[in-house]
Amino acid sequence: MERFEGKSILKKLAVGKIYYMEKNNGEVTADPIDDPQAEVARFEQAKEQAIATLQQLYEKTCEQVGEDEAMIFEVHQMLMEDEDYVDAITEMITGEKVCAQYAVHTTGETFAQMFEQMDDAYMQARSADMRDISQRLVRILCGEDCGLDDTTEPVILVAEDLLPSETVQLDRDKLLGFVTRLGSANSHTAILARTMNVPALIGVEIDASWNGKTAIIDGYEGCFVVDPDETTLSAANERLLVQEEEAKLLAEQKGQPTVTKSGRQIHLYANIGNVEDVNSVLEQDAEGIGLFRSEFIYLGTNDFPSEEEQFEVYRTVLERMGEKRVIIRTLDIGADKQVDYFGLDHEENPAMGLRAIRICLTRPEIFRTQLRALYRASAYGRLGIMFPMIISVDELRKIKEIIKEVTDELAREQIAVGEVELGIMIETPAAVMMSRELAKEVDFFSIGTNDLTQYTLAIDRQNDKLDAFYDAHHPAVLRMIQMTIENGHAGGAWVGICGELGADPTLTKTFVEMGIDELSVAASAVLPIRRIIRGL
Amino acid sequence: MQTFEHVIKDEMGLHARPAGLLVKEAKKYKSTITVSNGVKSANATKLIMIMGMGVKSGETITITIEGEDEDTAFEELKAFFETNV
Repeated sequence: MERFEGKSILKKLAVGKIYYMEKNNGEVTADPIDDPQAEVARFEQAKEQAIATLQQLYEKTCEQVGEDEAMIFEVHQMLMEDEDYVDAITEMITGEKVCAQYAVHTTGETFAQMFEQMDDAYMQARSADMRDISQRLVRILCGEDCGLDDTTEPVILVAEDLLPSETVQLDRDKLLGFVTRLGSANSHTAILARTMNVPALIGVEIDASWNGKTAIIDGYEGCFVVDPDETTLSAANERLLVQEEEAKLLAEQKGQPTVTKSGRQIHLYANIGNVEDVNSVLEQDAEGIGLFRSEFIYLGTNDFPSEEEQFEVYRTVLERMGEKRVIIRTLDIGADKQVDYFGLDHEENPAMGLRAIRICLTRPEIFRTQLRALYRASAYGRLGIMFPMIISVDELRKIKEIIKEVTDELAREQIAVGEVELGIMIETPAAVMMSRELAKEVDFFSIGTNDLTQYTLAIDRQNDKLDAFYDAHHPAVLRMIQMTIENGHAGGAWVGICGELGADPTLTKTFVEMGIDELSVAASAVLPIRRIIRGL
Repeated sequence: MQTFEHVIKDEMGLHARPAGLLVKEAKKYKSTITVSNGVKSANATKLIMIMGMGVKSGETITITIEGEDEDTAFEELKAFFETNV
């Protein structure tokens, strides 16, 4: 039994097997081989093994999800058995006398590039499938395991760090919690853990040899126990039962209105980062979506998402939420969220650089595509659009001009649009100072406390060395929030909070007293916050 | 040799799923089955080549079947395209 300290993100407990996620650096070297026949046989064997795994995945998905979703695993099997693919690999092994993993990697890359060069977004995306199957083979050939995809039971994910592009691809049903070495309390790992309502520890000195071992994440104590002894394990399991009891109590808050004792209603919404998150929003009984981060549409692809792709995503979320309000934040790329195909220059100070609305106003064609998709989707629900990183009224006027062009265009094409509320993120000190004027231009404000705190305190949220200086309850930030609420109301805009602070149970009373209209929190925080508000 | 034409109805074109089904179907026969869109052509048992043709919705493709079971394959493939692609 070994015990490690870490910084806890969520006060919860998890017990399970460790899955150690290797950083795949993608480098496969062309090691020479002596016996090409044996190497080809090794490749054939790896292929059989991979196909057998894919078949299991296919059957399991068929059973648990459906045949349509399972089809991808069958397609992967067929791609792996494709004659041209197999021949190219075999020829490379025998002809160049290189190891099988190099032949697979190189061939996979060639085919992936062939797909990438096609003039069809769908086919371009198939390059990911070629890389996926090749990587699966390379891992088997290198004796590595095959990733979270192939584990059947839920696991505790242990990794150096998690990038946004990695976290969007994780299968959330299989995650009991996270333990990472890097990252800060405001990193993506942390946000993901809160969204998923699972415990996470950061700053733990991780070890690859832990893979497969049983472990306990204790989010209350901020410790990680690897290979617990009998006593520790049974104590943890008992606490798990208590945790489940508590969850049941919270479940009683479902279906209750979020109203204070004096009768003031607070709109209690949830934040989401992708379409799947709508499940937890509905499950946790949030009254709407106060922040839909649209970035995931742009992450994890090789090119700009089309209007059609975006429209489908927005429409799905709006339809699933029915009458409930859905606030979608336009593209917030830049700073800590980088996407290669945007071709953005390296910046010395990305947090204060070309990001979010600044990209949209510099490259209006990207913005117009998103706005068209949003307005088209607006016919399917109750949509609010929110713009990030605003610092002046002038920006808002420019945005409105573009919106007018887009909506005029849609009207000419006789495409139906719904009523759309417009709002802005209040996340720069400038926006707070200008909130009186800004309020007259919009329907609502949503205070992004993470960035607002970072810019107000001049503390980089990605730098964990500054955690000691970081005071989430700094009076400067609280005064800014107060000022935003007062000015918003004076100008006729409703005001909400969508940052992490909104879910801080020790501040709920303060915010309600300040006159906040809406709180948008991680789905997991909806019921706890409702319980607090109902007790005020 | 048997040959017929087919207009792709699936709005995504000849994408992975129908292409995969086609490969599965084509492998049932001894005949050589070729798919062509006038620009490119590919053996119907080769998934990557089929997908690589990038056949879009509304495009007309020609299916050529040559071999001992070409008559059976012709009838069954025609039905296959009608239902799946």
